[in-house]
Amino acid sequence: MLEFATLKVIWWLLLGVLLMGFAIMDGFDLGVGMLLPFLGRTDTERRVIINTVGPVWEGNQVWLILGGGAIFAAWPALYAASFSGFYLAMLLVLAALILRPVGFKFRSKMPGHRWRASWDWALFVAGAVPALVFGVAMGNLLEGVPLHYDADLRATYGFGLLELLNPFAILCGAVSVAMLLSHGAVYLSIKTTGELADRARRVSRTAALLWAALFVAAGVWLWRSDLGLIITGGAVPGGTPNMVAKTAVHSAGAWLANYAKYPLTAFLPVAGIGAPLLVAALARSRARLVVFVLSSLGIAAVIGTMGASLFPFLLPSSSDPSSSLTVWDASSSQRTLGIMLLAVALLLPVVIAYTAWVYHVLRGPVTAEYVDANRETTY
Amino acid sequence: MSLPTLVDLSRLQFALTAMYHFLFVPLTLGLSVLVAVMESVFVMTGRTVWRDMTRFWGILFGINFAMGVATGITMEFQFGMNWAYYSHYVGDVFGVPLAIEGLMAFFLEATFIGLFFFGWDRLSRRRHLIVTWLVAIGSNLSALWILIANAWMQNPAGARFNPVSMRMELESIREVIFNPVAQSKFVHTVSAGYVTGAVFVLAVSALYLLKGRHVEFAKRSATVAASFGLAAALSVVVLGDESGYTITEHQKMKIAAIEGLWHTEPPPAPFTIIGLPDSAAHETRARLQVPWLLGLIATRSLDTPVAGIFELVDRARGRITAGIPAYTALRTLRQDPNAVDARQVLLEHEADLGYALLLRNYVDDPAQATPAQIDRAAWDTVPSVGPIFWSFRVMVGCGFFFIGLFATGFYLAARRRLESSRRFLRVALWALPLPWVAAELGWFVAEHGRQPWAIEGVLPTFLAVSPVPIGNVVASLTVFIAFYSVLAVVDVFLLRKYVRLGPRGASP
Repeated sequence: MLEFATLKVIWWLLLGVLLMGFAIMDGFDLGVGMLLPFLGRTDTERRVIINTVGPVWEGNQVWLILGGGAIFAAWPALYAASFSGFYLAMLLVLAALILRPVGFKFRSKMPGHRWRASWDWALFVAGAVPALVFGVAMGNLLEGVPLHYDADLRATYGFGLLELLNPFAILCGAVSVAMLLSHGAVYLSIKTTGELADRARRVSRTAALLWAALFVAAGVWLWRSDLGLIITGGAVPGGTPNMVAKTAVHSAGAWLANYAKYPLTAFLPVAGIGAPLLVAALARSRARLVVFVLSSLGIAAVIGTMGASLFPFLLPSSSDPSSSLTVWDASSSQRTLGIMLLAVALLLPVVIAYTAWVYHVLRGPVTAEYVDANRETTY
Repeated sequence: MSLPTLVDLSRLQFALTAMYHFLFVPLTLGLSVLVAVMESVFVMTGRTVWRDMTRFWGILFGINFAMGVATGITMEFQFGMNWAYYSHYVGDVFGVPLAIEGLMAFFLEATFIGLFFFGWDRLSRRRHLIVTWLVAIGSNLSALWILIANAWMQNPAGARFNPVSMRMELESIREVIFNPVAQSKFVHTVSAGYVTGAVFVLAVSALYLLKGRHVEFAKRSATVAASFGLAAALSVVVLGDESGYTITEHQKMKIAAIEGLWHTEPPPAPFTIIGLPDSAAHETRARLQVPWLLGLIATRSLDTPVAGIFELVDRARGRITAGIPAYTALRTLRQDPNAVDARQVLLEHEADLGYALLLRNYVDDPAQATPAQIDRAAWDTVPSVGPIFWSFRVMVGCGFFFIGLFATGFYLAARRRLESSRRFLRVALWALPLPWVAAELGWFVAEHGRQPWAIEGVLPTFLAVSPVPIGNVVASLTVFIAFYSVLAVVDVFLLRKYVRLGPRGASP
């Protein structure tokens, strides 16, 4: 069996992979939802937009469900503290995720204009809210949340919804929204044709530039801020996870320290800026798949930047730094991490293979003719 | 009446959202397989009526599936949102089957469901059939892993308490997966899902036959449903849930509650068909009994006694008393991880630690508990007998009714008299809600019967809750009730619309 410390680091990387999988795969669904009322000018165009994601969004959403399940199994303390600590924010995400399938299924089942327009806005909200909330949550991770553990490892936390919505966190939320808008627009530019595809390209350029600019702004803000924590003792990478065994203190600028310590990681924020700039530059390019891959890499880099900045912290505590969750003390047992790694190594490649096959079968753009010819069976 | 507590509201929310989610799950389980069977016949015979059947029942399946997805996410999020201490305390074990469910099962069904609907023109017949079967297999595998997780809550095998990380940790994944409770639960639940799918198809077909619409289509559908349903209903009842009930103390308590059995009966124990359980007086009056039957069902023997509630409470009292030193030792270890004596004491009494936690409802430090408090905690291990007694009987009654219904349907279909048997068709139509009634009551028996435990013998429910402000739970409960009510209206509206529309291309 692998060393416990190694397993923890592997699972930290896998946590990143699952978040990236979610942001890339379900991210374009969310982006498409946000773009729906703006890009689609006629009812048919809106139906085209919805049907670009219609056959695939359910599978894409499993990345979120798998992410939740994997955090539960591999990082139970993180799962417990974040889902309950961000209670109302999670409720907003849930409400959006419940609204989305209903919107897809119900919108085109009735003819009325107001009926359909209402659902279009519902789908917009269902895309925008998760995009914003996940970004805001990331911002709050960097700032730290008021979290404290007692001797029974029972958590207390003192943050409501309004405290989460502070300026820096909203900036991070805006990065997330711009990023997924751009990603959704790139996806639409592949899956649609003609005038609609042109509009999607134009939007992808603006959104990608915004994404790069906001990401830089958040980086500068972080650099100028006094945020950051460091571990001062008691952390045993190979030790039995116990969230209160280590001590940690506040240390200004600590979130940028990893880039000096491991210079290779500086590649991540650079790619987080470079990829969207390339997406914007290639807005007119015909190699849409290349642009989509670039956009996906950009998303992965932004999430990677998050992880590299915080490492080894997972959920920093602002009120009691020693109660922070870190890679060394918030994981499952060695056996569970080992079994879960085996499960992921065996099953995830299969998942990726059949997902690729499904996308291959469904390849090609969705056209107005297709939607008109299949009025009853399409969304 | 006192105001509901955080624990009450969190439990109410979990119960409501879980029961709501399970309105969709059994139909998904059953319809996915039925649709795959219909499409198999189409591919083998090439007769288009079977394709129409696949498409029509597939549309209804799809509407139901989306509801299941939407309400299923709530279940996963809720463990973290409302049961944070639970998630911390058992995530090391409980999280594993949940995560594997996502990887192995949910990805499969959710990825291929899109292709099921939008792949008709893009795939050959055979390939499409494979896609349909993958959706059905995914749904059923999904149930398997979720039930492995649930069975671990009933019988926490293959795990051990670790005082350093202050939680249960996985010892043997084999014991978790091959938990006998999981095996019997899986067969029972999946068969119940098949019954649900079959009753649904039979009832809608009966509606068409009563109205004289889509007759050929409806006759075939009803025949498939009756034969499939008969096999499933027999399996639900015969392979029932019973086999898991003798494994742990609390499963014994559950069976005692189901039977309203207050005092241990000399073996072989009689089976109480009907009676009036009285929780206040600790007795069940007016019992109508079949001699020997319970002893045979519950113990598979003639000489093993079936423990009554009084005896089980006595045993619980003993385990609470034995658990107190374990709790005190754990306190010491949290202060000083190197306390050798404390570690030894904890090791000796580890199995009863959970029972000492029951006292936390009455005292902060279980070592200070009075005999009266220990007695109250011991009686807390008795779930509410009346509701469990009655729920079980209604569920079993439904089970026998389904056997009769499907057997009659099967007979009539074989004699080609389905469409003329109007009384049977009316019964079949009105039987539509019964599988849901049976399934919800079954879950009520299983989960309410597990109380006061979240994890049997390990973690009491009242300790498992998240320390969130109660207002947050009021807010989420309100949001769920509002959204789920709208969803219910949408779902019923859509199902009715497509049932009215009927299969296109089928004979009128």
